[in-house]
Amino acid sequence: MIELKGRRIFSGKVEGEALVTTDDISFYGGCDPETGEIVEKGHQLEGRSISGKILVFPTGKGSTVGSYVLYALKKAGKGPLAIVNKSTDPVVAVGCIISEIPAVDQIDIEKIKTGQKIKIDADNGVVIIE
Amino acid sequence: MGLELTKEEKDMLEGEYGKATRKAMEIITTLGEIYGASRLIPVSSVQIAGVSYHNLGEAGLEYLAEMAEDGKTRVLTTLNPAGMDLEEWKKHGIDEEFARNQQRVVEAFAKMGVITTCTCTPYLIGNLPHFGEHIAWAESSAVCFANSVIGAMTNREGGPSALAAALTGRTAEYGMHLRENRVAQVGYEVQATLSSTDDFGLLGEVIGEKTGKKIPYITGIPKASTEELKSLCASIATYGGVALFHIEGITPNKTPKPEINEVITQEDLENARKTLDDETEEIDFISIGCPHASIKEIARVAELLRNKKVSESKTIWITTAKPTKDLAIKMGYYDVIESAGAFLVSDACCAVAPLKGKFKTLMTDSAKACFYARGKNKFKVKIRTIEECIREATS
Repeated sequence: MIELKGRRIFSGKVEGEALVTTDDISFYGGCDPETGEIVEKGHQLEGRSISGKILVFPTGKGSTVGSYVLYALKKAGKGPLAIVNKSTDPVVAVGCIISEIPAVDQIDIEKIKTGQKIKIDADNGVVIIE
Repeated sequence: MGLELTKEEKDMLEGEYGKATRKAMEIITTLGEIYGASRLIPVSSVQIAGVSYHNLGEAGLEYLAEMAEDGKTRVLTTLNPAGMDLEEWKKHGIDEEFARNQQRVVEAFAKMGVITTCTCTPYLIGNLPHFGEHIAWAESSAVCFANSVIGAMTNREGGPSALAAALTGRTAEYGMHLRENRVAQVGYEVQATLSSTDDFGLLGEVIGEKTGKKIPYITGIPKASTEELKSLCASIATYGGVALFHIEGITPNKTPKPEINEVITQEDLENARKTLDDETEEIDFISIGCPHASIKEIARVAELLRNKKVSESKTIWITTAKPTKDLAIKMGYYDVIESAGAFLVSDACCAVAPLKGKFKTLMTDSAKACFYARGKNKFKVKIRTIEECIREATS
């Protein structure tokens, strides 16, 4: 078991499967708000769905409308279970707060691999790899 | 955590002021923590972006409706352009369903106490901060105008964070709210003649692309009208990432002068003009008023359109704020413009209206409008002076 310590962006406790990318994500234009599929051309996760996963990526990019895409995903039941970042940008931070998605940043995300079972305790800013 | 809150701010965060205020305070404090702010500061004015239903979608609208359940603005708050003229939408070819949804967006804002004038130039219609005033504005061109031309202080807010500032009357003290972050970083000397709004738009494109996020100090501009400055603000914020610039002799902020190591020549502007001059066959759409046209610009357009007729195959929108349109009606400009077959469109703009597929080519005096017409609507573009735009429309 490895424990990674970071900072709370939005509170909550969940456990689930990690989906990891080293590419930044633009939710507006880069992620289908109805299905949760990453649609940005050439993105490492192109064609994969973030729905129900603990989404691990360096930081967000792109338009501020991206916050509403996270909200749309959550409302449609297609949102990520939680978000883990190296450094959360304002668009993703605001998106997590308005949609109440647990989120943690300042995490050494290279330690996490896709498919691993991980636990998030956002209140304490902790990520645990089983 | 380094962010200190007052008793009232803590109460907001704990829900004493209701659900929407709590959510708003969560947004403000989280942004404060991310950017290392040590406190929150009061803001006296807010401009909210994310108003067009075209951008917001159903989820965005749902969020606004949720916030409107018990949220109320604490300071003067105005809105960015919507996707249509809120009254005359039908004759501009907007469909009923879009119109209904757009009205629901505006109603949600109205319920929260937002002044529902939808314009990207709030400073022209009564949301005018003064020098040194802390505000929270979204809309990149207005942010740039407020910081640079007026000398007010604001970060580039997004839609939800601007709304959060409106509901709490606060923002976190970081970025553009701190004097040390407003110092010029790169010097540019303009050695070119700038004679109209399109020239200033091209200058914004050139400097924006060179400077990225570094704050420019610009010399060599002897004078500029408010309309020319609003054009410069729109394009420098679109093509670069800047929220603030300094122009020697024109803008009010004090800053040490950086070394001038970049010269902008007439040739640079001509090259920029070429990049906004696509090969096109026939122009079918002409747009003036990005950012929203002032009453002075509308008067000029009316003069140019007097006793003329817009060609059957072309559509022309002059976009502006509703109070400015009302003034144009009073002055008779509206009748001149509309009887020539042009549309004086309030509340909306050609970057956020659902125009994709309706036209193929845009002629405009705005470098910013060119950028969004290409990116969002897949139009071919040509940048020209207002006079040339009107000539094209009536040819």
